[in-house]
Amino acid sequence: MEPTMQNEEIIRKINQLLIEEIEIDEKQITPLADLKKDLGIDSLDFVDLFVIIENNFGFKMKAEDMAEVKTLHDFYNYIGKRINTPQS
Amino acid sequence: MRVVITGMGIYSVIGKNLDEVKNSLYQGKSGIIFDPVRKAMGFRSALTGMVDRPHLKGVLDRRMRVGLPVQGEYAYIATLEALKTALLDQHYLDRHEVGILYGNDSSAVPVVESVDILREKKDTMMIGSGYIFQSMNSTVSMNLSVIFKLKGVNFTISGACASGSHAIGIGYLMIKQGLQHMIICGGAQEINPESTASFDALNAFSIRESEPTRASRPFDRDRDGLVPSGGAATVILESYESALKRGATIFGEVIGYGFSSNGEHISMPNVDGPVRAMQLALKDAAISSSDVDYINAHATSTPAGDSNEAKSIETVFGNSKPLVSSTKSMTGHEMWMGGASEVIYSSLMMNNSFVAPNINLDHPDEITSILNIATQTTPAEIRTFLSNSFGFGGTNSSLIIRKLNR
Repeated sequence: MEPTMQNEEIIRKINQLLIEEIEIDEKQITPLADLKKDLGIDSLDFVDLFVIIENNFGFKMKAEDMAEVKTLHDFYNYIGKRINTPQS
Repeated sequence: MRVVITGMGIYSVIGKNLDEVKNSLYQGKSGIIFDPVRKAMGFRSALTGMVDRPHLKGVLDRRMRVGLPVQGEYAYIATLEALKTALLDQHYLDRHEVGILYGNDSSAVPVVESVDILREKKDTMMIGSGYIFQSMNSTVSMNLSVIFKLKGVNFTISGACASGSHAIGIGYLMIKQGLQHMIICGGAQEINPESTASFDALNAFSIRESEPTRASRPFDRDRDGLVPSGGAATVILESYESALKRGATIFGEVIGYGFSSNGEHISMPNVDGPVRAMQLALKDAAISSSDVDYINAHATSTPAGDSNEAKSIETVFGNSKPLVSSTKSMTGHEMWMGGASEVIYSSLMMNNSFVAPNINLDHPDEITSILNIATQTTPAEIRTFLSNSFGFGGTNSSLIIRKLNR
């Protein structure tokens, strides 16, 4: 994802939500962190993450989309693409 | 196999731990308040027991908290204290099979909240991961067994207002039969308008709203109904052999469990059912009625219930007239928690040589005056007590606990 002002804002917001809502340790937040193996986000946490993303970014996440999302960097890209795509 | 109590923990409207509760019992302190929220919602009676919500962020991680309803938080705090008094740590729980049998019979708020989200968003994907675990009756045993990584028997006992008592009774039977050496027993009760609204609909609650602390008046001539309450209480049962080996403190020995069903009305108690439960408990304990020094009555401050229990106690204990009191005069009706908490209240009295007063007993009526009720804090050497719990559907439970005979 291009490091534009808007994209930096999205990254900042995602990190804030992971830290405050999913209670991920701030020290673990690096772009290459694997969501499951490094951040410990399990299947139940993903259920909550979908709710948090929809409440904060206004679009519905789909479980199928998560197949290609492994790292935090993948997740930032996914959210950025969904925000910038019309009919999110 | 002998069964003893080696741990106790409590989160009650009269105290957040054993020490606070012991002092409240001794002082005859009430935990009942008037809740303006209920009045605004349309309750006939806004009286309730009340506790502060525990702060568990930073104590339990998010995954442990998300599926835990508020009454599970109470049960967690109570169980922490029970484990501490039992000299048990996580290392012990990891290396031994310890079971959990907890009393609970509702979890209303999570059901209401999750369905409200569904109705508003028209999308179940907005409900989140926690509500299903919070909503089930077995939520407390389910969550505590995960939090404490327990490996033994694991289920919830639902028997209305006798749930907590039956949980201890079944735990006692399992250990007595050698099926488990240690079981975390207890009872938990949510405190909120959602779970009590349909109970208020029965006109069963006291409406003495001008004097909340005087409203729960078991056995009194002017009693006009029960006051709902809640919290959680944990009692750790263990085989005597295991307790000795560990050097654990023994708070008492469970020597009898009696149970019965009334086979009559769903909400109106009778005399025969409780009589049979108490007699069965005495038979199980192999003692006579004159051996019981104190009875912690179920008595909830209802006109019919208290009278019928008085008659049943008189039928079984009329020759010896042991001291009787209902701690519900101070705590209100703790419902699914009650049987377990009242074993703790009675154990505190037994181990501190006093009987707590049945407060608000200004005048017994014709029927209740047959009992030997402690109206003041009474110094007493209790060697053996009996605790009654009766519930909707006519379910009855009587437990007999005695100071340890080595």
